[in-house]
Amino acid sequence: MARFHLMERTAEQQVMDELHASVGRRLEVSSLAPCPVEFTMSFVGMCATQSCGKCTPCRVGLRVLRHMLSDVLTGRATMGTIDDIERLARGAYLSSDCAIGYEAGAMALRAVRGFRDDFVSHVSSRSCFAGTAPSVPCKTGCPAGVDVPGYLALVRVGRNADAVRLIRKDNPFPLVCGLVCEHPCERNCRRGMVDDPINIRALKRFAVEHEGTPKEPVRAASTGRRVAVVGGGPAGLSCAYYLTLMGHSVTVFEARHHLGGMLRYGIPAYRLPREKLDEEISWIVGQGVEVRLGEKVDGESLSVIRGSFDAVYLAIGAHADKKLGIAGEELPGVESAVDMLRSIGNGKMPDFSGQRVCVVGGGNVAMDVARSSIRCGAERVYIVYRRRAADMTAQDEEIEGARAEGCELLELNAPVRIEAGEDGRVASLVVQPQVIGEWRRGRPAPHAADASERHIPCDRVIVAIGQAIESAPFESLGIPTSWGRISTQTDASIAELEGVFSGGDCQTGPATVIKAINAGKVAAGNIDNYLGFDHKIELDVDIPSPQLQDLGHCARCETTLREAGERSHDFQEIELGLTDEEALQEASRCLRCDHFGFGSFRGGREIQW
Amino acid sequence: MVTLDANVQLASRGTREGSRQVTLTVDGTQLSVPAESTILDACRAAGANIPTLCYLRELNEIGSCRVCVVEVEGRDRLVASCNNQVGEGMVVRTNSPKVRLARQENVKLLLSQHDATCTTCVRSGNCSLQDVSNDLGLVDFTYPTILAQTSWPKDFPLIRNNDKCIRCMRCIQVCDKVQASHVWGITNRATHTLVDVVGGKSIYNVDCTLCGQCITHCPTGALRERDDVARVYDALADPDLTCVVQIAPSVRTSWGDHWGLGEEAGMGRLVCALRRMGFDYVVNTDVAADLTIMEEGSELLGHLGAKSGYPLFTSCCPAWMRFVKAHYPQLVGDVSTSKSPQQMFGALLKSYYAQLLGKDPHRLFSLSIMPCVAKKAEAEYPSMRDACGDPDVDCVLTVRELERLLRADHVDVASLTEEPFDEPLGTGTGAGIIFGATGGVMEAALRTAHYLVCGHAPADDMFGDVRGLDGWKEAIFPLGDKRLRVAVAHGLANADALCRAIVSGEVSYDFVEVMACPGGCVGGGGQPIHDGEERAGARGAALYGFDKRSQWRNSYENPAIERCYREYFERPLSDVAERLLHTDQRAWKMPAEWIAEAENAPDAADSLRP
Repeated sequence: MARFHLMERTAEQQVMDELHASVGRRLEVSSLAPCPVEFTMSFVGMCATQSCGKCTPCRVGLRVLRHMLSDVLTGRATMGTIDDIERLARGAYLSSDCAIGYEAGAMALRAVRGFRDDFVSHVSSRSCFAGTAPSVPCKTGCPAGVDVPGYLALVRVGRNADAVRLIRKDNPFPLVCGLVCEHPCERNCRRGMVDDPINIRALKRFAVEHEGTPKEPVRAASTGRRVAVVGGGPAGLSCAYYLTLMGHSVTVFEARHHLGGMLRYGIPAYRLPREKLDEEISWIVGQGVEVRLGEKVDGESLSVIRGSFDAVYLAIGAHADKKLGIAGEELPGVESAVDMLRSIGNGKMPDFSGQRVCVVGGGNVAMDVARSSIRCGAERVYIVYRRRAADMTAQDEEIEGARAEGCELLELNAPVRIEAGEDGRVASLVVQPQVIGEWRRGRPAPHAADASERHIPCDRVIVAIGQAIESAPFESLGIPTSWGRISTQTDASIAELEGVFSGGDCQTGPATVIKAINAGKVAAGNIDNYLGFDHKIELDVDIPSPQLQDLGHCARCETTLREAGERSHDFQEIELGLTDEEALQEASRCLRCDHFGFGSFRGGREIQW
Repeated sequence: MVTLDANVQLASRGTREGSRQVTLTVDGTQLSVPAESTILDACRAAGANIPTLCYLRELNEIGSCRVCVVEVEGRDRLVASCNNQVGEGMVVRTNSPKVRLARQENVKLLLSQHDATCTTCVRSGNCSLQDVSNDLGLVDFTYPTILAQTSWPKDFPLIRNNDKCIRCMRCIQVCDKVQASHVWGITNRATHTLVDVVGGKSIYNVDCTLCGQCITHCPTGALRERDDVARVYDALADPDLTCVVQIAPSVRTSWGDHWGLGEEAGMGRLVCALRRMGFDYVVNTDVAADLTIMEEGSELLGHLGAKSGYPLFTSCCPAWMRFVKAHYPQLVGDVSTSKSPQQMFGALLKSYYAQLLGKDPHRLFSLSIMPCVAKKAEAEYPSMRDACGDPDVDCVLTVRELERLLRADHVDVASLTEEPFDEPLGTGTGAGIIFGATGGVMEAALRTAHYLVCGHAPADDMFGDVRGLDGWKEAIFPLGDKRLRVAVAHGLANADALCRAIVSGEVSYDFVEVMACPGGCVGGGGQPIHDGEERAGARGAALYGFDKRSQWRNSYENPAIERCYREYFERPLSDVAERLLHTDQRAWKMPAEWIAEAENAPDAADSLRP
């Protein structure tokens, strides 16, 4: 008889592992808006399967809890049942011996408290509280509501021009989004239940690159109404584009010398090549938008503009920097990410040859700045962040790209002060090592480690910890703000100032391109109504019917990058798009949720907005 | 390995160009069909009868019941045939082992949530679920039955029983798309999905028009009218009561469906059956339709050029009345004050007719047989008690309840003889008959208006332009030295579009007819159900045939009408006529009306305080 046995994976264990992985994949597809009560019941049931059966609150409690939740769903519960559920969940949380039981209790408790209205609605009217019907997942995940299954189907049959036209119905920046969109649609993609989400962004890029000559959209008859758009970024230009199609005459006031906002002054050229950005912007402007460059609008000029236009859309973005608030921040050699990217955007390339650069921050902008520094000749680039790399808000591929190009991540280091050398310039960034700890406001908070400060010798410090909004000039005009952000009503109008609307980063705080595009789209629709019209943006593109052939399991095609050693020396585009072969395969993976599932009943396709 | 399916690519392009044919194989039979055909249509064309439950052409093509699934070569899983298109070279099998398995399992699952007490169900023998299950021979069905057990008020004219609902969503679709009323919704999700009044509200708090289209489009017995047959038996059993029954014009085209009589069933045998059953007098609602025309036609002449700028709207359809009151309160003042024929007749029976018969109106039991569910509600409005203080109409049966009444008595329809109605309220005109079809009220009114203005009879069928099944019809007719602009809508979604255009000033008319049900009363929510078939067109055509063969075709020619006015009403819009034949359309309220009133009440908040 052997003393120990080598651990062997049985066939049963293998099946169980696979099922576990499937459950994980399913839960990641987060868009289904389940009924909170049914979700809680199923979750409690799932937790109960993990119970070892030793202790009362977990063994019996979770089972009883599940039955009571079922009663709520089947009309057998009273208001008292809700209190019983809360009491029982609390008991399981308070008295279970191990995490299997007490975490299940805690979760049930959070649910019954957080979804109270839903529980009450089920008991009192046998109905979910809010009727959020499940819809096409990718389309729901896209802030601008782009008809993803529609354009993927068009790409699959080679109708790329129609695909781009379909995208432009909801988003006038298909080229930009094909390159830099954060693609929240993919997080929701139901294909994730099968294997991997569709590479939607790459297919959008493919469609645009194979579009051929763009077809001009239909413009409604001129209304004679004039709208001023302040700010020529993605929000402002989207608003201008749709208002122009609706027949209004739009003038964009842009403070800088080029249009594009953060697309130009925030996103580096290696991700979004300038000639492509220019191409897209000039196409949008070419639909009949009047542009006035180098005209900065402040509170005073805004009231003049308001007087001579029928409506105004304020989309000034978030272009001010945020300070670390530590000693030495004013030293020569310390600058903000906003300033650096702005000068690059204006075509002035800084020379960091032979220098050591510390970038402070963990978001996408920090990665952009770090990678741009490498391209500007920096010898060493450190990304200094007070939490762990895993806690960074930057997208994984951005962090990965920065690392590959030679940036070093110094995680768990909080900047304390910046010290000068004898020449009065930056000599080092002093940091305090950190330990990651308890959760605060949804993410883990660091605290100072029992270790001494560290000096990171460097020639430059670039601060990339977020952007602020230059809203002060508008406050004087009576525009309400909150934490520096312009406050609007849900229709994007400013309550205190009739005919003035606002949106994009200046209203939400720094966000994504696609959110800004949607802000512009929403404002365009509401401004049109404000002006007394009800123009519809619509497109008569027939969508190919779904293929019925089985695809089976098929992995996702990723875009590739130029070699790190090569790409880190220039600002040329780093990403290589999908090949024809890859695009066809990828588009064929689409499960067509516009047709199969709930989409054939509700929400499958909106012809117009 | 994924390959592009060239066929599907071609098919989709073919759709864009239209009219292309594709060739496919169904159960070994090769055939050619238009490229945009569904697999279901192709299979049926090939003689393969695929069962369906949720499917309703153009209305509910959502593939939810999964009973119509078929096997398509090259695909492991099955596809719904109802909402997927054919492709070139497609090979379809409709009865493969996989299909048999899935079809049986899915029907068993539906049965596990279905209260299959068929023997006491109004839809037994006319139920798609019953048909499909019987066909599949599910004799050893063993799944435990779990019913929804939602509650429903028993006195509401429309009954929903969720224990019989199979969640096909048809009622939601009909109510949304055809009737623009949005009464039904999904109230629970996932495995507890329920279809019920939207948002879980009480049916008394939403603006259900009671058109009954959800009933006639329900594949099972989940939706039906409140059954009032027992009240009729009670009345017939009461020796102190004189039972009078009126029959609506469109019933002549549908009451005999169960016995295969079809659209030409006519009234004679039905009159005979009802007499044998014990009714003392059988009278003809066509007469009241003629009376309506005299009143409404006179009203129209007074309404031309009204200050509101809105046209005069007809008022005979109670579901339309419920709709306009709920959604277009600004138009209610321009709706004719004339009662519907049913209510005019009810008031006439308990006044003039009771006098003629020498009967105490309180001892008259006034029954009407209608193609309509909303008429049940109409008869119960507090303002519909004008003749003697009792309800002018005591009880309303739909054609389906009439059929149950006849079947319960085992009436041998073949042995019935054609009998005339009881006079003097037994003879109607062709104008009264066509009230049952869309455009019919308009045409009938125009015939009489033409006579009133021009002093001579209109040419035969000179107003035919308002006939037919287009959802929104319009026409201009000369009326003396004027031109009368008229519009006709049927189906409340069409009426909704029409009203919106009128309110926004996009269109302008003098006279508008609206009937809530598609095709008019011939497509009424109280008509016999034929799942998947719309019979309104054929029934409407039959009505125009009866009209053509009528002795009189214009309301003003009806001797019964002439006698009524001579002996009782004097003239249209007289005081007596106003009291008995007209009504205040605001005397009762739809939920939208009382909700708006409560919200607008100045001290509403105060009055709610204890």
